[in-house]
Amino acid sequence: MLLIECPWCGPRDEIEFAYGGEAHIARPADPSKLSDAEWAEFLFFRSNPKGAHRERWVHAAGCRRWFNVERDTVSYRISRVYTGACEPVGEGQ
Amino acid sequence: MGSYSVFALVKNAFSHHAGWERAWRDAAPKAEYDVVIIGAGGHGLATAYYLAKEHGITNVAVIEKGWLGGGNTGRNTTIIRSNYLWDESAALYEKSLQLYEGLSQDLNYNIMFSQRGVLNLAHNLSDVREAQRRTNALRLNGIDSEWLDAEGVREFCPILDISRTARYPVLGGTLQRRGGTARHDAVAWGLARAASARGVDIIQNCEVTGIRRAGGKVVGVETAKGFIGAKKVGIVTAGHSSVLAQMAGFRLPIESHPLQALVSEPVKPVIDCVVMSNAVHVYVSQSDKGELVIGAGIDTFTGYGQRGSFHMIEHQMGALLELFPVFSRLRMLRQWGGIVDVCPDASPIISKTPVDNLFINCGWGTGGFKATPGSGFVFAHTIATGEPHPLNAPFALDRFTTGHLIDEHGAAAVAH
Amino acid sequence: MAEFRNSSGGRIDRARPLTFRFNGKRYQGFSGDTLASALLANGVHLVGRSFKYHRPRGIVTAGAEEPNALVQLETGGYFEPNLRATQVELYDGLTASSQNAWPSVDFDIGAINGFFSKLFVAGFYYKTFMHPRSFWMRVYEPIIRRAAAGARAPSEADPDTYDKMHAHCDVLVAGAGPAGLMAALEAAKAGARVIVADEQAEFGGSLLGETSGIDGIPAAQWVEKMRADLAAFPEVRLLPRTTVTGYYDHNYLIMAERKTDHLGRGMGGVRQRLWKVRAKRVVLATGAHERPLVFADNDRPGIMLAGAARAYVNRYGVKPGNTGVVFTNNDSAYEAAIDLAKTGCRIEAIIDVRPQATGAMAQKARAAGLRIICGAAIAGVEGAKRVKAVEIAPLSSDGETVGGPVKRIECDFVAVSGGWTPAVHLLSQSGGKLRFDEAKACFVPNVSVQAETSAGACNGTLFLEGALEEGAKAGRAAVEAVGLMPAQESALPKVETVEAAPIHALWIVPGKKPVGHGKAKHFVDAQNDVTAADIMLASREGYRSVEHLKRYTTTGMGTDQGKTSNVNALAILSRTLSSPIPSVGTTTFRPPYTPVTYGTLAGRDVGELSDVARVTPMHGWHVARGAVFEDVGQWKRPWYYPKDGESLREAVNRECLAVRNGVGILDASTLGKIDIQGPDAAEFLNRVYTNAWSKLGIGRCRYGIMCKEDGMVFDDGVTTRLGENHFLMTTTTGNAAAVLDRLEDYLQTEWPDLKVYLTSVTEHWATASIAGPKARELVGELAPDLDLSNDAFPFMSMKEATVAGLAARIYRISFTGELSYEINVPAYQGMALWEAIFAAGETHGLTPYGTETMHVLRAEKGFIIVGQETDGTVTPFDLGMDWIVSTKKPDFVGKRSFSRPDTARTDRKQLVGLLTEDPEEVLPEGAQITADADGTPPMPMLGHVTSSYWSATLGRSIAMALIADGGNRQDTTVHAPLGVKTLACKVVKPVFFDSEGARLNG
Repeated sequence: MLLIECPWCGPRDEIEFAYGGEAHIARPADPSKLSDAEWAEFLFFRSNPKGAHRERWVHAAGCRRWFNVERDTVSYRISRVYTGACEPVGEGQ
Repeated sequence: MGSYSVFALVKNAFSHHAGWERAWRDAAPKAEYDVVIIGAGGHGLATAYYLAKEHGITNVAVIEKGWLGGGNTGRNTTIIRSNYLWDESAALYEKSLQLYEGLSQDLNYNIMFSQRGVLNLAHNLSDVREAQRRTNALRLNGIDSEWLDAEGVREFCPILDISRTARYPVLGGTLQRRGGTARHDAVAWGLARAASARGVDIIQNCEVTGIRRAGGKVVGVETAKGFIGAKKVGIVTAGHSSVLAQMAGFRLPIESHPLQALVSEPVKPVIDCVVMSNAVHVYVSQSDKGELVIGAGIDTFTGYGQRGSFHMIEHQMGALLELFPVFSRLRMLRQWGGIVDVCPDASPIISKTPVDNLFINCGWGTGGFKATPGSGFVFAHTIATGEPHPLNAPFALDRFTTGHLIDEHGAAAVAH
Repeated sequence: MAEFRNSSGGRIDRARPLTFRFNGKRYQGFSGDTLASALLANGVHLVGRSFKYHRPRGIVTAGAEEPNALVQLETGGYFEPNLRATQVELYDGLTASSQNAWPSVDFDIGAINGFFSKLFVAGFYYKTFMHPRSFWMRVYEPIIRRAAAGARAPSEADPDTYDKMHAHCDVLVAGAGPAGLMAALEAAKAGARVIVADEQAEFGGSLLGETSGIDGIPAAQWVEKMRADLAAFPEVRLLPRTTVTGYYDHNYLIMAERKTDHLGRGMGGVRQRLWKVRAKRVVLATGAHERPLVFADNDRPGIMLAGAARAYVNRYGVKPGNTGVVFTNNDSAYEAAIDLAKTGCRIEAIIDVRPQATGAMAQKARAAGLRIICGAAIAGVEGAKRVKAVEIAPLSSDGETVGGPVKRIECDFVAVSGGWTPAVHLLSQSGGKLRFDEAKACFVPNVSVQAETSAGACNGTLFLEGALEEGAKAGRAAVEAVGLMPAQESALPKVETVEAAPIHALWIVPGKKPVGHGKAKHFVDAQNDVTAADIMLASREGYRSVEHLKRYTTTGMGTDQGKTSNVNALAILSRTLSSPIPSVGTTTFRPPYTPVTYGTLAGRDVGELSDVARVTPMHGWHVARGAVFEDVGQWKRPWYYPKDGESLREAVNRECLAVRNGVGILDASTLGKIDIQGPDAAEFLNRVYTNAWSKLGIGRCRYGIMCKEDGMVFDDGVTTRLGENHFLMTTTTGNAAAVLDRLEDYLQTEWPDLKVYLTSVTEHWATASIAGPKARELVGELAPDLDLSNDAFPFMSMKEATVAGLAARIYRISFTGELSYEINVPAYQGMALWEAIFAAGETHGLTPYGTETMHVLRAEKGFIIVGQETDGTVTPFDLGMDWIVSTKKPDFVGKRSFSRPDTARTDRKQLVGLLTEDPEEVLPEGAQITADADGTPPMPMLGHVTSSYWSATLGRSIAMALIADGGNRQDTTVHAPLGVKTLACKVVKPVFFDSEGARLNG
């Protein structure tokens, strides 16, 4: 049971949240300009790193707001919780 | 290599069992192999075994980061079945089931495959509809499957609670009598022994740290024990597929998730078959040792930790007791986790890759164990000939681009 | 008084005798006993049979690490298998029996296995039982299964209840022995919120069997004083009988509390409780387990661990026997020898494998008149059901062999110590790393990963003074780490410390013959009958990683999870491989520390509380009318309303005809409803639905289909424009939450610039859907002020009006094809509305109908149901609904995927209607469709039947199906091979009734 710090509500048990997969995969502004391969990349392909991972969570049983978490996928340690735009992994804190 | 039999056992008893040979050779890596398989789990070992057996390719190394069979092969709940919805999946898993049926004799290693039946329960009208659809499809695909009504379910598995007052009453279920369980470690050990006997080198404690390429082609692997050259390389590293793909410069439509399982303390036989329920979300069987082996769905977050969250266990226990109220005073003895590769369509990838002579076999999600020999069989063909076997042609990477997915979420709504 | 019970001493209450039965015989014990101590008091050592060879087995330990003394308790619903007698607190009337023995533990047929033990070596089953192939399932495996496991399985439902508790604390102390108590007090004094959990009935841990004093008072009194001091702090929670069983990520721990087990059975209330604790810091003070020595026939009843023997005599006033021998490789057993001698046992000798015994402890033993035989070992044991004598022989200087004169000593018990294994289970579960301490011959904590500290014996600090000091330090460090100020340092309690001589690790004690030869067995894992020879065999065969060894031999895989055996097994492997123990490694400890009942893990989530049942405001009415319900997601929906013993089909036929010919009513409250507001609401709908929304007039309704980005249909429903910037979306019943989640996700993360606000209002509204040619008449009576003419209130529009005196929204939409009004009132008025409608409807023959009739009626019209006609692989085009996909909008969710090669194929599976050639035949839903009538499997399939019903309206069967290239198969014949027969069907358009839609307007 991870302990996740909702930016609006504070630390809560994982069961209050829903996981939203890898963060910062923006929906293409004009999908029609994309090749099938590029569209497939957006739809399905993920970096799935072993180590630092930026991912999306939503406080589903709380404020229902989405936010981003930087979490190590091996230690499960959460190093950062943030909202908004992305920065490279490992920078900022 | 000495053959295993009761006679050999008696003979060795007289010499205090001093005469048994190593089950597999502990090989030191050669400079180059025709084929290097990365990952000595069941699928990797089966690939090596069938490369040797079916294609006569024996200059093969299987390279393993830890100890063979130590990943998902040694962590799953050992369920074997082929009752998949779509034709492509049914054919692949059925091939595997058929290979399992003769595997003990083929390997001369008792893998304890017990076809005591796999029962999938239906708890609502939608489940029933889906079950009927699947049963009909399987029957026309020539795969055994039958529909049992609630009374039939009770007769087949008497300790199931089929009372109509249950929160989600059992309305019936589909039964694949040829399904069952096998001893997971024995599958890995038997394949390792048989592959080794045919000349395959099994190299344990040798982590792959890089995949060397030249001119768009793979030429070998960097490992903890140095560079090992290879004409062809197969990646079979369930859980870590994305990590290996990254070493080779491409990405996969895969996310790695923890999957947990647990066993009870052993008791005398109380449930003979495998019971699975998507609606209440649990599956259970009883091992030959008497332990109830129980699993459910994956943890929602991605992770390589071989650990999940405890609420998953709590939830599946509630589900278990809904189906089997008599289990309430049994006790959880041990729980553990594995890392499963999850594909968007809950079907595997057995495919060529963007790198020439580099092949990948991954994405089995929660259900890879049942596919072990079949997966090895078709992957060996793919590596040996450079082209997919008809059975795995639909499972290529390009399906994610064309949209020709093989959506088995119905099959894996609950992990298995 | 039982034969082996001392007349004084111990923590039992001799004034409170308790009777119990074991294997059918009546015995007496005392309050404060465990089942094990009570049995020993009565001279019962033989309590079970081993797993494989059915060897007689006795009690080995006094705690959670017990490998042998497993019993089954009680009968019926209270039956429970695999309990350790060493942990079962005695209560009056307790009934227990041995496991794995038939007909009795004294005469066990299964012991015949012992004669074949030469064959039953590690992994023998992998090498045999392969021929003939059919025998595995029919002969071999059934025998193996029947032979496996000692315990019966329960056969009745559990009458007890269980529950769960969440807790937060600054410091969780696991274990209330000397270290734990010190840590807890230091934390408490600093004002921390503290939880102290201990698996035993009383706090004190090892001190409960301690005879020396602390701070000048007996250890037990000191414990009581500490407990009382702790209890006085308001922020301290003391939990005896509570085992910390699991240590998970982010300092989340699981504890299992046994609340009533010690009182007897059928006590009512909560039997066991699961605690889920989020701790800022954890102090692990879980103690250590003594290891046996691995010598020939070391499993005979009467042979027990020295620490256990000491605990029995000191804590329970029970002598393990009359005449004993102590066998050790370290000093701790000397204290046992001294205490046993003091309390009436005759100790014939202390056999010490170490060449000399010159340390302080040895002096103390000698001073107590005990004989010490150094540099010697037990080379053989006499007696099967109880040890009768041991053979002592000198050890060679390398410890590899015994030789010289053998001395035979008669005895009825042997107290053994092979050293101590710190209980590092929780540390290991937390991710912490261990290192092997050569001097102490055990694994000790090395690296912490989570916010915890180990203190005392579990940290390898195996002497009391050190444990007290470490505990205090850990407590102070913990409070500092959570930002509190530790209390002023006080002097540590004073204890007498005898300096210990070093342990001498001797992992295999040689016997008269080489290990694995002869009849004697050197047991490592007593429960699973794994011997040193098995481990050596596994190693010879190449099963050399620890995990291979465990799995091949099953060592450490029993109900004790190898608490007393793992280190011995590992050391023997390392010895066989001639590689040091640290390089062989250690296995990962997996939760739980000790087994936890499934009942506890499930808590209250069983029976009707296993999942929420959602019901509509009119549910009571449906129940009263005898409705049969169907589960749709969590909802209970009326499926049909049988009258006077009607079958499903009879009832549905009646309901269908009532709607087509008169008027019917459906409770449609379960449909998902999402209130959408904001200036960009229409634009938002444009993006998430496939069709266009900007021009929808206020008060008008429109049907929409929502796809996922992969182009597959996700949900559908009618959305109504309530105002310029205000819409109400409906979703399918089962998908409501998923739709809201998805929409919210898009709004917040992809299009945060859109000003749109979503609110789930599903349960705010009760919905009565009135349908049929007489609907207008009925609604007219209920809402006399409302103009119901087609011009004033056209199809696909919404009006606000007063219905039966209630403010309502009325939607003129239809899922049946009939003139239809969906009346919505606030949920709390739902029943009032429903009853008012029925009061008015009586004269119109108003008929309630359920979901089955709804399905039939919509199928007659060819309306799809998401999840039935679709399965996540179906596009709107596949459904023949090209008309709903805008070609003008530049983008919407899923659009790009339609042009992928496979998705754009024109021969995909497409929705068609099917009419069986024999109109009386109703295709089964889920039937597969083939092109050819004949054939044997495997045969190619075109698709499957998604919906199929008897249509009372049409007097024939109808069906819908998804079949390959269905659009081009119109008017052809396809087949449904059903096994028993094959039904021929004609492919038609999926509209069977009123295709022009005339009935919508009444």
